[in-house]
Amino acid sequence: MSHHIVEVQNLSYTYADGTKAVDGISFLIHHGESVAVVGANGAGKSTLLLHLNGYLTPQKGKVRIGDFPLTKKTIKDIRKTVGMVFQNSDDQLFMPTVYDDVAFGPLNLGLPAEEVEQRVLEALSRTNSEHLKDRPPYKLSGGEKRAVAIATVLAMSPDILVMDEPTSNLDPRARRSLIDLLSGFHHTKIIATHDLDMVLDLCERTIVILDGKIMADGPTLEIFQNTDLLVTCHLEKPLRMQPCPVLKPKVLK
Amino acid sequence: MAKIDTAFFDLSKLEEMANNDTVIHRIDPRIKVLVASMFVICVVSFHKYTISAILPFGLFLIIVMGLAEIPAFFLLKKIVLVSPFAIMVGIFNPLFDQQPIMVLGAITITGGWVSFVSILLRFGLCVGAVLVLIASTGFNTICLAMVKLGMPKIFAVQLLMLYRYIFVLIEEGLRMYQAMTLRTFHGRAIAMKTYMHLAGQLLLRTLDRAQRIHLAMLCRGFDGNIRIRQSLRMARLDIFFLAACFAILLLMRCYNIPAMFGRLITGIT
Amino acid sequence: MHMADALLSPAVGGTMWVATAGTIFYCSKKVKQDLDDRKIPLMGVLGAFIFAAQMINFTIPATGSSGHLGGGLLLAILLGPYAAFLTIASVLVVQALFFADGGLLALGCNIFNLGVFPCFIAYPFIYKPIAGTNPTPLRIGIGATLGAIIGLQLGAAGVVLQTVASGISELPLSAFISVMLPIHLAIGLVEGLVTAAVVSFIWKSRPELLDLTAAARPLGDISLTKVIATLGVVTVITGGALSWFASSSPDGLEWSMFKVSGHEELEAPEKGIHHTLAVLQEKTSFLPDYGFKAGEPEAEGLVETASWPAVDSGTTTSGLVGGLMTLALALSIGLLFRKRSKTA
Repeated sequence: MSHHIVEVQNLSYTYADGTKAVDGISFLIHHGESVAVVGANGAGKSTLLLHLNGYLTPQKGKVRIGDFPLTKKTIKDIRKTVGMVFQNSDDQLFMPTVYDDVAFGPLNLGLPAEEVEQRVLEALSRTNSEHLKDRPPYKLSGGEKRAVAIATVLAMSPDILVMDEPTSNLDPRARRSLIDLLSGFHHTKIIATHDLDMVLDLCERTIVILDGKIMADGPTLEIFQNTDLLVTCHLEKPLRMQPCPVLKPKVLK
Repeated sequence: MAKIDTAFFDLSKLEEMANNDTVIHRIDPRIKVLVASMFVICVVSFHKYTISAILPFGLFLIIVMGLAEIPAFFLLKKIVLVSPFAIMVGIFNPLFDQQPIMVLGAITITGGWVSFVSILLRFGLCVGAVLVLIASTGFNTICLAMVKLGMPKIFAVQLLMLYRYIFVLIEEGLRMYQAMTLRTFHGRAIAMKTYMHLAGQLLLRTLDRAQRIHLAMLCRGFDGNIRIRQSLRMARLDIFFLAACFAILLLMRCYNIPAMFGRLITGIT
Repeated sequence: MHMADALLSPAVGGTMWVATAGTIFYCSKKVKQDLDDRKIPLMGVLGAFIFAAQMINFTIPATGSSGHLGGGLLLAILLGPYAAFLTIASVLVVQALFFADGGLLALGCNIFNLGVFPCFIAYPFIYKPIAGTNPTPLRIGIGATLGAIIGLQLGAAGVVLQTVASGISELPLSAFISVMLPIHLAIGLVEGLVTAAVVSFIWKSRPELLDLTAAARPLGDISLTKVIATLGVVTVITGGALSWFASSSPDGLEWSMFKVSGHEELEAPEKGIHHTLAVLQEKTSFLPDYGFKAGEPEAEGLVETASWPAVDSGTTTSGLVGGLMTLALALSIGLLFRKRSKTA
């Protein structure tokens, strides 16, 4: 419990059709760290994330979560430790009401009824969505869905949060409140995303991936200032770090 | 079968009505399922030439509908628009059954016409009963009630999952359909070949989605068993409602009430 | 081709309900034993897929009419018969509840007609043997098309038999069946072609998906003898129940519970002096069974009208007046509620 470490050693994964999605990746994430995994579409981010909660088992190399190496035997414990928030909330919210959905995990843990209820209400209040309790998921807005999806994960009380594109398809206000919400969490966070502005707000460290390989791993600000690296990896400087295109010409005058 | 966009509207509209809070909405769903079943059984058990004795059932339905604050026009529209199979089959009755059974002045009414009207009545009442049930209860609650009444849990899970993803898939199907009709220029329906491709694509996406949902379930400790929260409580009022409804329905089934009233008024015995 | 409550007698509807509920229980047990928990989300979304895909219509070449995807066989190919049956049943339940396709009592018939035939006849005995263990696009195409046609023919025959046995519609068996079967032959052909195309599409683009569903459980464990035996038992029970109802209820297929509860005795006094109980019983005792109806219209018409008090003008008038009053009352209550909801 004392060291929620995510350790990936020389991990490789090739799909049945021969696509090498992950190719010799290694990194170490410490307790409480907030790390962004960025890269172009198809760079291997999703495949990497699928290894962290044991959906895929390593073909080559090692994955270690906390005290457990990832094997078939430890999958259950690892899934309790790692909470995964999916890119599409509709895939994550499959029960008839929000309450049922948040209760799904705790019920599977075999907790007594009172504790299930307590966990559900706590998770909902931490994501400011108590009022959605009895609503069916398809009636929620994109932002509400995302908040509830996070609540379903929090109800499992994980130590590590893994998120795939948490800000995709959100309107600016929903995006902002999500960022505020996440910055309040003290979990170890691993976020795969294209939203580099969010990375500036949330993650002190960034790992850049291209074609299944790590291109850079270091402090976020340092990496985002390396324009050449970003261009090679199909990325772009976060807007906040770019000179303003509207004001710039006027200033030059 | 409804068209995809109207289907989406209807589903949401009925679900919205189910979220109301009226006397009828508050009744235990098991009771409502039982009463609706009893209603249908009573109506269909009438003889095929029965018309007048069925009418009180319409009154019963209208009262329940009113108490549940379900807009009559919406219901009527749905009943009229619904699958025409019964009417298509029923319309042959006047053709095959030309036995005169009633003479009104110069008009002779044959058994076929009477039984056809009876079919129309039955049709409206049975369809109406189902719609009132769903609009005053909601799908998920009906599923819970059915589990309590003995439906296998795995089938209940299937119904709940299906209902959850109907909205997602109709939206997805609608988007693909719109994208296609934007580039089709002859009418609503699309060509069969295009349809095959569309259905194939949608199916492929659906299969992928199933994989992702399964993953999401596994991430939260899914072990093949879905636990449904069951919190239905039968109050004394519910039992009373059940008893009252059954009594009324049986009464209406056994006595031809309109005929009795009619005799009372006209004085003919 | 949804069966409707309005055409059903309680005996036929009830029997089909029992048969369908039994199949649902059996399949639920089988799916649970299957232990493939991937199927739970898969069944759910595939049901939703069938639902959505059926709402998009397409034009059938050279006819101008429109068709849609048939569900049963496609689901059986993707899920295996047991899970497919539960899935198609769930789709029909939702259609019955929200679109009132048929109604509550007819649900038993509809699930039986559109579920049992494709999943337990067309799939194991037509599609499977033709597609074989090493399917080619041609084998898949022929198997799916034939399977869909035969499944739908059986379903249409089911609708005809249930309607005729119920005796509410006057359509004679021969006329009805000679209309229904050719129509559904055409529909089945179209549905079959679409099913074949969709299955080949999946097979070409993602063969592992079909392998996955097909290999998860050997699907050949349905034996023809078992199915025939089960269907035989169902037929005997249905036939037995029907004839019991037919013989125990004097006027056609009236539901016998009301007889037991004394319905005739209750209704008899209302018919007043014109019809004493004795006369009624005497009249109804030689009522021909529903099977002979077409043959003896004269005798039957007279007696059958007995339960609708129309033979003498007195009761007809009071029936009409009372009926009109009930209608007026219903209308005014309806208007009252409408007013109230408007002001509220």
